[in-house]
Amino acid sequence: MLEQLPLYQQAILTLAALVMFTSFALLAQSRVVPMIHVFAWQGLLVAITTGLVAFDSGKHDLYISALLAVLLKALFVPWLLHRLVTRLGIDRDEHGAEHPATVLLIGALLVIFCYYVAEPISELSASVTRNTIAISMAVVLLGMLMLVSRGKAVAQVVGFMSLENGLFFAAVAATHGMPMVVELGIAFDVLVAAVIFGVFFFHIRDSIESLDVDQLNRLSESDE
Amino acid sequence: MSALYLTLLIPLFAGMLLALLGDRRGAAVFNVSASAGGFAASVWLARTVLQQGPLGGEAGQFHIDSFNVYLIALTALVGATTSFFSAAYMAQEQANGRLGPGRMRLYHASYQGFLFTMQLALTTNNLGVLWVALEGATLATVLLVSLYRTPESVEAAWKYFIVCGVGIALALFGTVLLYFAAAQVIPDVENALLWTVLAEHASALQPVVMAIAFVFLLVGYGTKVGLVPMHTWLPDAHSEGPTPMSAVLSGLLLNVALYALVRVKILTDSALAGGTVHDPHLAGYLMMGFGVVSFTVAGLFLHRQRDIKRLFSYSSIEHMGLMTFAFGLGGPLATFGGLLHMTVHSLTKSAIFVAVGHASHIARTQAIDGIRGLIQTQPAVGWGLLIGTVAIAGFPPFGVFTSEFLLLSATMQSYPWLTVPLLAGLGVAFAGLFRHLHPMVYGDRPEGQQAVQASMWPVVLHLVLVLWLGLSIPTFLAEWFDQAAVLITGRGLL
Repeated sequence: MLEQLPLYQQAILTLAALVMFTSFALLAQSRVVPMIHVFAWQGLLVAITTGLVAFDSGKHDLYISALLAVLLKALFVPWLLHRLVTRLGIDRDEHGAEHPATVLLIGALLVIFCYYVAEPISELSASVTRNTIAISMAVVLLGMLMLVSRGKAVAQVVGFMSLENGLFFAAVAATHGMPMVVELGIAFDVLVAAVIFGVFFFHIRDSIESLDVDQLNRLSESDE
Repeated sequence: MSALYLTLLIPLFAGMLLALLGDRRGAAVFNVSASAGGFAASVWLARTVLQQGPLGGEAGQFHIDSFNVYLIALTALVGATTSFFSAAYMAQEQANGRLGPGRMRLYHASYQGFLFTMQLALTTNNLGVLWVALEGATLATVLLVSLYRTPESVEAAWKYFIVCGVGIALALFGTVLLYFAAAQVIPDVENALLWTVLAEHASALQPVVMAIAFVFLLVGYGTKVGLVPMHTWLPDAHSEGPTPMSAVLSGLLLNVALYALVRVKILTDSALAGGTVHDPHLAGYLMMGFGVVSFTVAGLFLHRQRDIKRLFSYSSIEHMGLMTFAFGLGGPLATFGGLLHMTVHSLTKSAIFVAVGHASHIARTQAIDGIRGLIQTQPAVGWGLLIGTVAIAGFPPFGVFTSEFLLLSATMQSYPWLTVPLLAGLGVAFAGLFRHLHPMVYGDRPEGQQAVQASMWPVVLHLVLVLWLGLSIPTFLAEWFDQAAVLITGRGLL
């Protein structure tokens, strides 16, 4: 089966698997700095995939997307996060989930769920697309899982950005990239979001003297 | 087309200028004049569309038809009147020492930036750009929610950012799937996200992919509409941000998100029509379900609120639920009612938030228990709040009554048993609003409570418009609603 695919398609599948692997690595990683490094690797893998798709499909727009991905996802956002955690003095903190084994198990179930949802799509398209849609959906949901399972602001931001990687991967792998104007708009939004997240770290620290967003629980519908 | 460019460029450049120049004397006046200029441009645009029909052509990047033209004018109108209120309100906040010049610069720049994203989302023909604009709206407003830098406001802003960010990310996934489906039937892929092109090819789109895409888009944009259970950000963001922000969030953002949802529903409906894979009304059923749940849950939550802005933000969730239900129900009558409800809710709710802002300045608190005797202290504010709440609760002769009546009639025709929960929900919501409102507006005024400098004419203007829409809908507006109903359901009412 797989051997019959053209070489580049096999390469894309391998990269997709690696992207999903980094998602799981993010879920399992509890220390802040390695977490940011894994996130940067994920961004790089997504960028390489984009370059590969650009080469194969001959769509030159995609080279710009690939370049944007390298600059934004593999360099700028990780660099920004790294600088922020150093300045906030939390680069040695543990930001893990409370029950890492359970979280990983849920993650595995999410992947199965994604393949189940993507099943009807797969009947009408090439086998590569079937896998990449399922995998990118899984990366999105794993990012979401990371968001809900972590109580620290930095880990939540990494989860959020990894979710964004999943979306970008979906756009590139399943549809050979979105129209250029949309790609640029999305990149701009991600850039602004990353900067605002940085601003927020300081606001949160000033208001509760830590980045433990679990402590942000004043507003709720329960009776005080 | 120049009216269209003006509508977009005025808020864009005004926002940049305000960010650049900072909080000088006259920044508030400039904010007001830019918003008023934007409104004038949108009226010009509406006039052009009225005379020449839809603008933008087949494969243009912008598209103005009868569905979005009135929303553009409404957005600009609410933006302009709220900016008048904001000038008075924010001056008071500065005088109270709650905000410095840096924050005021951020506030004004974000205000215009938000208006720009709203107009971009409404005018664009590209569903990808629509997504970018809605995400941009979150980014423009998130720092305003935490403007006061209290722990509560930082928490509200963080929640807003994360919940809406994740929600809107799911909508992007839905958009990618939509593009995936479109790329297989539309030869020129660069145009495959243009709504007009998609609408033309909608019946050829893969129903399976479209159904999955719609679920993602519903959850994603539904988060911004404030549908239960994705609504958690909404009361927090409304209650902790400055009041003019609450007025435009409730009056504009929720409407625009719903607009985005209805646009994709049109595509999904034609893709699923006559198909055997899924029920052709899948999209409608999903929207009806989310709508009824939001409507009911928000109505119940009204009863246990202690903060006046949270109270009215739950009322917004309730009404957005009702509109989502109306569009889900389909059919020209319900759709007409839904379109009218979008208009009157936006006008009424922003008027209420203006009155609420002044009321909380009079009482120096947002706690419902602390606000007493408004009519005695300052009759204009007290009566404004009272009449606004009467209007939003759906009393005749206001426009909200008309649209709810249309919707109930439509429900009676297609699903008679659903009118029972709807009527019960309206009753519960009415009781929830008035049990809190009554002690706030009537009663004796507490010792030492003083009247404040208030600009109540936006409230008067909005409520008069709502009253007018309740008594007689102008012909051109009724025709736009009808054409939009044809666009959405395939059949007209008139």
